[in-house]
Amino acid sequence: MAETIISLRHVTKRFGEGAAAFQALRGVDLDVARGDFVAVMGPSGSGKSTTMNILGCLDVPTSGEFLFKGVHVENLDRDQRSLIRRRYLGFVFQGFNLLARTTALENVELPLLYRGEDRNTRRKLGMAALDKVGLADWAGHTSSELSGGQQQRVAIARAIVTHPDVLLADEPTGNLDSERSVEIMELLTDLNRTSGITVLMVTHEIEMARYAHTIIRFKDGLVDRA
Amino acid sequence: MLGASLLLAFREIRRHLLRSFLTVLGIVIGVAAVITMVTVGNGVTASVRNQISALGANTLMVIPNQQGRAAGSAPVRPFLIADVDAIREQVGGVKAISGQAQASVSAVHNGVKWTTTVSGTSDAGMDVQNLALTSGRRFTDGEESAGNAVCIVGATVRKNLFATEDPVGQQLRLNSISCSVIGVLKERGQGGGGNDQDDVVLMPLRAAQRQLIGNQNIYLIVIGVDPAYDNATVGADVERLLRERRHLGPDQDSDIRLIDVKQITDTVSSTIGVMTSLVAAIASISLVVGGIGIVNIMLVSVTERTREIGIRLAIGALAGEVRLQFLTEAVVLCSMGGAIGIALAFVLSFFLTQLMKVDFAMDPLVVVGSLGFASVLGVVFGYVPAQRAAALNPIEALRHE
Repeated sequence: MAETIISLRHVTKRFGEGAAAFQALRGVDLDVARGDFVAVMGPSGSGKSTTMNILGCLDVPTSGEFLFKGVHVENLDRDQRSLIRRRYLGFVFQGFNLLARTTALENVELPLLYRGEDRNTRRKLGMAALDKVGLADWAGHTSSELSGGQQQRVAIARAIVTHPDVLLADEPTGNLDSERSVEIMELLTDLNRTSGITVLMVTHEIEMARYAHTIIRFKDGLVDRA
Repeated sequence: MLGASLLLAFREIRRHLLRSFLTVLGIVIGVAAVITMVTVGNGVTASVRNQISALGANTLMVIPNQQGRAAGSAPVRPFLIADVDAIREQVGGVKAISGQAQASVSAVHNGVKWTTTVSGTSDAGMDVQNLALTSGRRFTDGEESAGNAVCIVGATVRKNLFATEDPVGQQLRLNSISCSVIGVLKERGQGGGGNDQDDVVLMPLRAAQRQLIGNQNIYLIVIGVDPAYDNATVGADVERLLRERRHLGPDQDSDIRLIDVKQITDTVSSTIGVMTSLVAAIASISLVVGGIGIVNIMLVSVTERTREIGIRLAIGALAGEVRLQFLTEAVVLCSMGGAIGIALAFVLSFFLTQLMKVDFAMDPLVVVGSLGFASVLGVVFGYVPAQRAAALNPIEALRHE
């Protein structure tokens, strides 16, 4: 068994206070091994998005422990969590979330800009990432000139340009037709296999979940072990 | 990190060119207004200063006056040539002095008639008043003491009576006497009150008094003060001497008036300076209004770009980097606005000063100051929106539609 890269220990999350409080997570225990491809499934409100936000270091648990590469993320402040995202995580969203009126290459280069890479390195790595998703010829096109599938591939290129340890994908095929969805899944599978990136993907569709090695189901704020 | 922020700022401004331009319009107008006002104001000050000092900067003028506040009750007591001599001999610091008397005459040459003013003066008086000649010569001592009928004509008189002909050596009839023209005055243009300073004929004082005016009265004494002496001190000495000669007791009101040209220059300059500052202050209000426009647009921009900020935060931008990005954007916008404003001010001031016929000189301090002020405005007015952007929760920002 490979090393454990992500580990949640009895994580709870409560939103709001008093009578309006909502218990989103009721004690989640979860381990993800390096190099795994995990599909996260479950109905709305089951806690999968909340868990993904915590795993993405965008949110902190109300109680419990979150170890990322052995570091207790629950104790880190906002900027420290930003630095973890910057160095080790890549995000792919359902709505692509590319910057408008910005070329594919500039979008892909964005994380490198925050890493302080110089212009030539940005260009080289950016083009390499675009090449990996098969869009090297589209580098100069702005988001609005790309199809949905292409936009998602640019988003994936942006997520992997920094060679992250973990790729977090939130319903990456949710806005795409089945043909494009298959392309995206094949791309993620390929990245997982060839680059060894750990992939965590939320999906509603069991066809997409079948690409993963592991399927985790959420129900009522807990991991459904059934 | 600052380099990256600058890059992002320029990209963002380029992406929204029209919006960026409208945002900075207030700053552009504000900076242009301030610089233009100050430049034109300085030009007017310089021109007025030049005009007044053309009278002679170190000049005192003494005129007989009504005594005290009882205006109109008694006739004005004129000075006499003996008063002029007394000042010359008894007051220290008097470099040159001349009594003057004037009369309105009709001048005739070759059948052309022109009504002008004859001013009785002297060679020393011409020195004090910076009167230069374009041709001919000035009065000699002999002519002054003998009261010869010689005269020097102003440019307007020359133009009207002699046309293209050289007046020097010609005869000019003034009322009933005839005098020979020995020189022509250099053109001086309009005086402070809008009167034509070139519409004049100069004669030796004694000649003017005897042959045209018919009395020995002097209604103006001009004194050139030695630069090593203080105008005020010399003025006080002159006044003391004249009071004595006019038998005024220490408790009696003075019946003479002293005008210090230097003091007038300073007063007028400082008045225009105050007016310039006032107008510049009013213009700078538009700078502040422009700055508020920036806050407004930046706040809208933060809301509009909430999702973008969410993306930046998700891929690992620190709150400080997001803040710096928006702050840089505001500062870059304001500085660009400032630069455009300076260019606009340059053009505007140039044409305005040309139109008003005053000196054009942009004060580099004002230019640099305005640019700096515009940048500071960027920081001040960009801070609140930048802070708001940096404080966004990435999860909610990403969810923002």
